[in-house]
Amino acid sequence: MLPREYRTISDLSGPLMVVEKVRDVRYDELVEIELPNGERRRGRVLEISTDRAMVQVFEGTSGVDVAGTKVRFLGKVLTLPVARDMLGRVFNGRGEPIDDGAPIIPEKSLDVNGDPMNPYSRDYPSEFIQTGISTIDGMNPLVRGQKLPIFSGSGMPHNRIAAQIARQATVISGHEEFAVVFAAMGITFEEASFFMEDFRKTGAIERTVMFVNLADDPAIERITTPRLALTTAEYLAFEKDMHVLVILTDFTNYCEALREISAARKEVPGRRGFPGYLYTDLATMYERAGRLKGKKGSITQFPILTMPEDDKTHPIPDLTGYITEGQIILSRPLHRKGIYPPVDVMPSLSRLKDKGIGAGKTREDHADLMNQLFAGYARGKEAKELAVILGEGALTEEDKAFARFADAFEDRYVRQGEYESRTVEDTLKLGWELLAMIPVKELKRVRDAYIEKYLNPLLEKEEEKRASSLKV
Amino acid sequence: MANDKAIKGSIAKISGPLVVAEGMAGACMFDVVRVGELGLVGEIIELRGDTASVQVYEETSGLMPGEPVVSTGEPLSVELGPGLIEQFYDGVQRPLRLIEAAASSPFISRGIAVPAIDRDKKWTFTPQVKKGDVVSTGDILGVVQETVLVEHRILVPHGLSGKVVEVKKGDFTVEETIAVVDDGTTKNRVTMLRRWPVRIPRPVSKRLPPVTPLTTGQRVVDLLFPIARGGTACVPGPFGSGKTVIQHQLAKWADAEIVVYVGCGERGNEMTDVLLEFPELEDPRSGQPLMKRTVLIANTSNMPVAAREASIYTGITLAEYYRDMGYSVALMADSTSRWAEALREMSGRLEEMPGEEGYPAYLGTRLASFYERAGRAICFGSDGREGAVSAIGAVSPPGGDLSEPVTQNTLRVSKVFWGLDATLAYQRHFPAINWLNSYSLYAEKLGEYWDARYEGEWSALRVEAMSLLEDEDSLKEIVRLVGIDALSKEERMVLETAKSLREDFLHQNAFHEIDTYASMDKQFRMLKNILVFHHLAMDALKRGVLLKDILDLSVREQISRMRYLDEAKLDELEQLEQELKRVIGDLLSVGGESDVA
Repeated sequence: MLPREYRTISDLSGPLMVVEKVRDVRYDELVEIELPNGERRRGRVLEISTDRAMVQVFEGTSGVDVAGTKVRFLGKVLTLPVARDMLGRVFNGRGEPIDDGAPIIPEKSLDVNGDPMNPYSRDYPSEFIQTGISTIDGMNPLVRGQKLPIFSGSGMPHNRIAAQIARQATVISGHEEFAVVFAAMGITFEEASFFMEDFRKTGAIERTVMFVNLADDPAIERITTPRLALTTAEYLAFEKDMHVLVILTDFTNYCEALREISAARKEVPGRRGFPGYLYTDLATMYERAGRLKGKKGSITQFPILTMPEDDKTHPIPDLTGYITEGQIILSRPLHRKGIYPPVDVMPSLSRLKDKGIGAGKTREDHADLMNQLFAGYARGKEAKELAVILGEGALTEEDKAFARFADAFEDRYVRQGEYESRTVEDTLKLGWELLAMIPVKELKRVRDAYIEKYLNPLLEKEEEKRASSLKV
Repeated sequence: MANDKAIKGSIAKISGPLVVAEGMAGACMFDVVRVGELGLVGEIIELRGDTASVQVYEETSGLMPGEPVVSTGEPLSVELGPGLIEQFYDGVQRPLRLIEAAASSPFISRGIAVPAIDRDKKWTFTPQVKKGDVVSTGDILGVVQETVLVEHRILVPHGLSGKVVEVKKGDFTVEETIAVVDDGTTKNRVTMLRRWPVRIPRPVSKRLPPVTPLTTGQRVVDLLFPIARGGTACVPGPFGSGKTVIQHQLAKWADAEIVVYVGCGERGNEMTDVLLEFPELEDPRSGQPLMKRTVLIANTSNMPVAAREASIYTGITLAEYYRDMGYSVALMADSTSRWAEALREMSGRLEEMPGEEGYPAYLGTRLASFYERAGRAICFGSDGREGAVSAIGAVSPPGGDLSEPVTQNTLRVSKVFWGLDATLAYQRHFPAINWLNSYSLYAEKLGEYWDARYEGEWSALRVEAMSLLEDEDSLKEIVRLVGIDALSKEERMVLETAKSLREDFLHQNAFHEIDTYASMDKQFRMLKNILVFHHLAMDALKRGVLLKDILDLSVREQISRMRYLDEAKLDELEQLEQELKRVIGDLLSVGGESDVA
């Protein structure tokens, strides 16, 4: 094949570059750019007309000139060489090792965009993952193959929660091969080293693949970073039978990089200047989670995003929420009260919980208990609001009980230690203990049989305690 | 379909799912084309001179200018015939099961061509006409038992009428001749397979206004905001408010004969859920698996965006096809917002002048023409049979803001509005349909229908329940301002009853084996008991009984457990009504004494 090298750059604007008089260039093809000083960069074809190609340069166009820069079209789309040996290694946002280790000997080279999973071939996620965090296990249970983002805000401990989940996540049944793929998109060095340090300390680094695009790395690289991570995850999950947990942080930076390119291409902007295809673009990544029929492995995604001004209706969290299977929302008021993890259970949601809990998975009473805790906490909070306006005296006896319940719920159920891993039984038991604060006739969401079996013994014990203390 | 005279051009420009082709003189708008060496499926959406803009239904990466573009000379069409039910299609009617087999991978690769309808399967055709009969468009030539639940009626194709010169009986594939009809000039061979362009509505003999209910087993829907057979409804709500669960519940329990479920730009796992669950679930009326009456269409959010735009049309065309056989069909589209976004994306790439929020100016017209394809109608055919398509579209407004263009344009054309509320969802009150702002324009007409069955009580109960909920809202406002003590005991009783309405009636657990579905008899009885208790209590309060004594009655527990009562034991609800009367009566006699004292 003829070397397809051109020196016909006509326009440069932001991360984009137009090359004229090209022939036989494919859409989405990979491009190599050689600067006059010998530096090499990479890019990809964003749009191609008969003899004119628009190229997006991953490392940005600074230093590129019109006359001296050479452009080579490589005739292939962006692929990632993958191998089992990637475990324990650290890569940059372009997929090159940056940990001074030996080069990867690829077992395969995969298209980073991947193909969509056939919904017919999917297996419905139903295997409960115990994260050891009550607000997740008890209220918003996670299952293997789910994509559950953390909606956070600047200054909240989302990284600590993600690290805690990576540390503690286990499946109740048996021991299987487990891996973590971590992609950092535009986060600070400090944040990235927190994760690296944590993985190293716990030994998790041995089963972790890290892709790191720091805040001062080229923004355009951020578009490929999560795709590299997911391609690696797919390889480990579906070809190496591993259960992969993918942590992607921070999607807000990713979306802003996408907006930057869209603006440079002079596309019609949608809400807040983000391109109209933001939903589709995000979906092509989030949907790369799941389980497949006949395959042992699975991909569970934990994307993290910081909501600008804690605004859930901002396009990034909004579109994410429409694609992912629920969301864990962190609450600033809880964080201010010093409660860790500050999970706001009310707007948080796990859509796949129903198939992951119940008899044989966690326990028969899990669903009812969860619904009752939700309803009780909601009513308690409402009562507390009322008390703020009208004073405690305006509350009925029941409402007072609910208000006390809501406080205890936040203090005992939501709050837990960063290194405290509660089993799901502990979490369920704690739930019943809290429900004991509410009059039984108000417990409408739980079946009588469960009240009989789980609540009454607790109440009796309490009764005994009271009786004995009276004796004393 | 490509023949010698096929129009063949070449790619001039590629930008995402949009490909511009040159040398396409003679091609028509909306013709389907095959793009590139891989033969990717696309559709012409703009023509300028001999340059055609093509939206491609598959990923375009790797295409190159100069590659061929060949027109099939036919607009985007679906195949219709026995074998549609129980299928799981993508947005352009390719069976996903066959895609898996053809790709021999769980991932969808490109350029796969598989037939929408199995060409080899033999169906048992039973004729209903005989030689010499004169037939016209829409007459039933014969029937095929497609599944246990669906008798597939083979109709005389559109535009054909004449004398039956031959009709066969026995087992045939969809491409074999089952009858020959002589229209006076030629003898037309008729097979069981039809094609229909998806963007053109299938015609009917006469359209009728919807007057009978489509029951769904969901109490807040059937009793407060009912939908009619042939009606249209929309379900807007922010994420996490339960749109998809409602759509699934309707697909499961709606008393339609055929259900077409279109997953448009939504989650892959949700479609898998439907696919795994429906064969297991039993239709409450026939006892057969629900899948035996269902067609699924899935274009998940990560599948190519242009096919998402087509999926809605594919779905409604299949629905119309079964309507023409005289069936009541329910179409669920989840979500029409994703469809609108696909329109917006293509419009942007065509560099069209954007309307509101970047959506094309024709968004409203497109939405209206989709919803207008629903309706009740007399189908073609001399037997004058009646069919209906009911369309229920989910809308996903960004940030839950209902003022956005997709919601607003949908509200203009759909007759039922089930507004989902995030606050209700947080409290885990499901279905999270807000009773204060939702509406149904069919309520009055359907009220007449139900009143005829429930001795004129139905409408009255509905109106009373609605006004109690309305009263609750304003009373709560007062409580918030000045506290509960400012209310009279009657007003507090109203609050209690409204709470009972919300918690014991409107709230329905989709995942509870009994609560998930309630027949109209059960719904009616439940509501009646709640309101009977309210009347008795109000009366007792007037006669001096203490509110506390009423609220402490253990019979109220029974009211809250009504929803878990098995459909087979509905007479217990009638007994409960007697029980309610008895206990309040007891209170009165005790209260009466205390009055004297």
